[in-house]
Amino acid sequence: MYSSISEANAAVLEKVKSARPFWVDVTSAGEVIPWLAEGKHLLHAGPQIKWEEMTGPMQGACVSACLYEGWATSDTDAMAMLAGGEVQFSPCHHHNAVGPMGGITSANMPVIVVENKADGNFAYCNLNEGIGKVMRFGAYGDEVQQRLHWMREELMPVLKDALANTEGGVDLGAIMAQGITMGDEFHQRNIATSSLLLRTLAPSIAAVDASKDVLKRVFDFLSITDQFFLNLAMAFCKCAMDAGATIKAGTIVTAMTRNGKDFGIRVSGMGDQWFTAPVNTPEGLYFTGYSQEQANTDVGDSAITETYGVGGAAMVAAPGVTRFVGVGGVDAALDFSEEMAEIFVEQNSLLQIPSWNFQGACLGLDVRHVVETGITPIINTGIAHKEAGIGQIGAGTVRAPLACFEKALEALAQDMGLQAE
Amino acid sequence: MIQAFLKKGCFQDSVSLMLISRQLSNGDNVEEVSVMMGTPANKSLLESTGLWHPLFDEATPNDICVAIHPNAESGDVSDEIAAQLDSALASIAQASAGGQRLDVVRRWQTALAKQPEANLALISVAGDYAADLADEALDNDLNVMMFSDNVPLESEVALKRKAAAKGLLVMGPDCGTAMVAGAPLAFANVLPKGPISIVGASGTGIQELASQVCLAGQGITHALGLGGRDLSADVGGASALSALAMMDNDQETEVVAFVSKPPAPEVEQAVIQAMKAMSKPVVALFLGTRREKARDGNVFFANSLAEAGRLAAMLANVRQYVPGCNKTAGKKILGLYTGGTLAAEAAMLTAEQLGLAVDDAHDQGVMLNDGGHLIIDLGDDHYTVGRPHPMIDPTTRTLEIEKRAVDEQVGVLLLDVVIGYGATADPAAALVEAVESAKSKRQSPLHVIATVTGTEADPQQRSQQIETLVEAGVAVVNTLEEAVLLSEALIEQQGTKAVEERPALLDGIRVVNVGLRSFADDLQSAATPVVHYQWAPIAGGNAKLASLLKQMQ
Repeated sequence: MYSSISEANAAVLEKVKSARPFWVDVTSAGEVIPWLAEGKHLLHAGPQIKWEEMTGPMQGACVSACLYEGWATSDTDAMAMLAGGEVQFSPCHHHNAVGPMGGITSANMPVIVVENKADGNFAYCNLNEGIGKVMRFGAYGDEVQQRLHWMREELMPVLKDALANTEGGVDLGAIMAQGITMGDEFHQRNIATSSLLLRTLAPSIAAVDASKDVLKRVFDFLSITDQFFLNLAMAFCKCAMDAGATIKAGTIVTAMTRNGKDFGIRVSGMGDQWFTAPVNTPEGLYFTGYSQEQANTDVGDSAITETYGVGGAAMVAAPGVTRFVGVGGVDAALDFSEEMAEIFVEQNSLLQIPSWNFQGACLGLDVRHVVETGITPIINTGIAHKEAGIGQIGAGTVRAPLACFEKALEALAQDMGLQAE
Repeated sequence: MIQAFLKKGCFQDSVSLMLISRQLSNGDNVEEVSVMMGTPANKSLLESTGLWHPLFDEATPNDICVAIHPNAESGDVSDEIAAQLDSALASIAQASAGGQRLDVVRRWQTALAKQPEANLALISVAGDYAADLADEALDNDLNVMMFSDNVPLESEVALKRKAAAKGLLVMGPDCGTAMVAGAPLAFANVLPKGPISIVGASGTGIQELASQVCLAGQGITHALGLGGRDLSADVGGASALSALAMMDNDQETEVVAFVSKPPAPEVEQAVIQAMKAMSKPVVALFLGTRREKARDGNVFFANSLAEAGRLAAMLANVRQYVPGCNKTAGKKILGLYTGGTLAAEAAMLTAEQLGLAVDDAHDQGVMLNDGGHLIIDLGDDHYTVGRPHPMIDPTTRTLEIEKRAVDEQVGVLLLDVVIGYGATADPAAALVEAVESAKSKRQSPLHVIATVTGTEADPQQRSQQIETLVEAGVAVVNTLEEAVLLSEALIEQQGTKAVEERPALLDGIRVVNVGLRSFADDLQSAATPVVHYQWAPIAGGNAKLASLLKQMQ
């Protein structure tokens, strides 16, 4: 046991800081998450949610998954099956996994396997599908199905073999340390790390025993998928935060996630318990033809990056993202990071930010600081259309709701036997 | 019918909101718009001013409450007002952009991390919250200036007691003015640097006194405000005593000027006692009380701000002159005046300062002859029998100087130089010659202090005369009062006070500004290190959460 909250928090952060997540494999989700293979089971983003409560993009992604798994042959069949309660749901977070936007993951989808070499724990995340009509934003048409199948049939084996050609996988922390100096904050912007990753893996991919055509398609995909690293960053953050959560004490937030209805957080001192409050709706810039009225409420496990202290909190590192956060540009980005620094406990020496005088990214989101100041974490996020089947319409920012932090604080206080005076 | 809306989670200081209220009230469609944070006090104000709206029930101290009293003919104007409010808030934010970036933080810990050397907190939040913040500042070893008013008396007493135990100073509450080592705190002036420090329980009193000091050609080292209640019986002058002790230990402060309204009698005694124990002169002004004695030891009592300013400046002039002078063995004052009235006043002032008796008989022009001190009017008939007046022919005085100033008992020679039509062509030159001659016959140094009566336009030209005197090592002072104070200082020349460590605050301030942002902007423009703590009530004013948080630190 720890004699004070700050001692407990220090222990949590020691675990987080000493985590060494490596990308070691790509495999079928059902291989590493057995529950998925036990029937018509799907993982989703955020805290637990029922089909009826899901917003459009998540429902659309479920339709996509039903088609992909061959449980249904048309979207209407899939809808009926889902509405009929034939499919069971569980949060990604309950299976050491995270998923962007809808977070919908099924047994035969490829997942990234990340291993924390310091503690031996694993984290999983599906593969980034690129942009446009994509499952995670709720699209489910033919284009989506084709890409999902290609990813399983060609991309997964090539990446699996490429990783096998490396010595122990890819050190993600090392790539992120470089990427943050190149303008990535690992949520809205991953182009530098995605490029670094491709550069790192290229020799191993070239050595894979596959046809030139296959390898060319893999290289083509990786060369244009700017957000490919996002899913790796998410798994990295999940792996590190889960290591911290093993301390089971303190006030550090170990997970933040959203399911379109509720925003949920977990706190180191309260184990696996979720503290939830209704989600907000992101605001930002929209693709031509779309507007704020069409924006879906906040959704996705990608807020695990903000939990770790990157994403919105590292806005100052990513001048390219500042356009999303208002006319203030670089100044506004600095303001956001300075504001976020108020609610995090320390700075991460692994991720030094040149445009912040080489201060480290934020580390250790403290429930106490959030409640004290009323400053809520800012999250850089993609924006999905609220109707199923349309997909991404923009990107911007959203705040976590204060109420879930207040609830967590009250629960922690109760757990410690404290009473308001 | 009052229209209203809330802007949640957007803390702004009350001055900004008052300015915005006024701006929005100028609109065509409204009678009045009130923009306030949703504190309990503000809510009751809204209620009592007829601007209440049920929506305000749910407002927390972190939410902006906007109450609109529209014109009779206007419809719903709340959207319009909301847009105007947003642009007004944005222009506040922009006004602070550009130029050097001000560090803005939201928690104590961050403020201290950004300004680890901070030694003073300037607090201007609402009185309900100010005491807690001041207490936290003291816990972090910061001195405090509380601009805030409406701080409970018992809080003030507790804070000042705590500060005293830690060797820290609490200025205020309700302290509007201070200048520490050239840095402006809240209301302050840009002042020339000089050897005078001011301690005061009156804000404008401090400003006027400082400005009088500057008009009199002197400058200011520090000005410490105490807050209006400090000298009450309850508070007991706690900060006054600390501030005086700090000034005593400040080597750059040569003279202290003190201004306040009349204190509680027992407090006044304690304060004067503390002043008398100081190693430097103190000018004390207790506004509205007239004192019989003009002076008590090193404490000079003034009756007005102007007088206090002039006295302080004069004492500073004297103190600045003394350190350059060699010690003299002679402890007696000799005054040889050519002007009768000048002699009379010099005699009167010297008698007053040293507690001597003037010579009313004026026999042979002797205006004072007591305790070995001697002041003579050389224009007396005794000296002008068959000889011209010494203002016309300096011979008489030359002879007197050569006769009397060689006495080793004499330490200071007081002289006048009267110029103008009718006077001798170059009185200074004659004086210098006589003084040199006397000095050459002495073992120990002789200090010579002169006043010059006359103007620049006079045939002898005032500045020329002064130059001649100064070149010869004669101290030329502005008034007889100053001449007498200086002569006293020279014959009583004490060893300087053992150098104690100067209070760190006085080496220069590094400020955590809590409350009004404009104070931080002012400090920054005066090149004072400052971090602005954009304060808001803990946990949005939720008492339960605040209590839990406190226990969870």
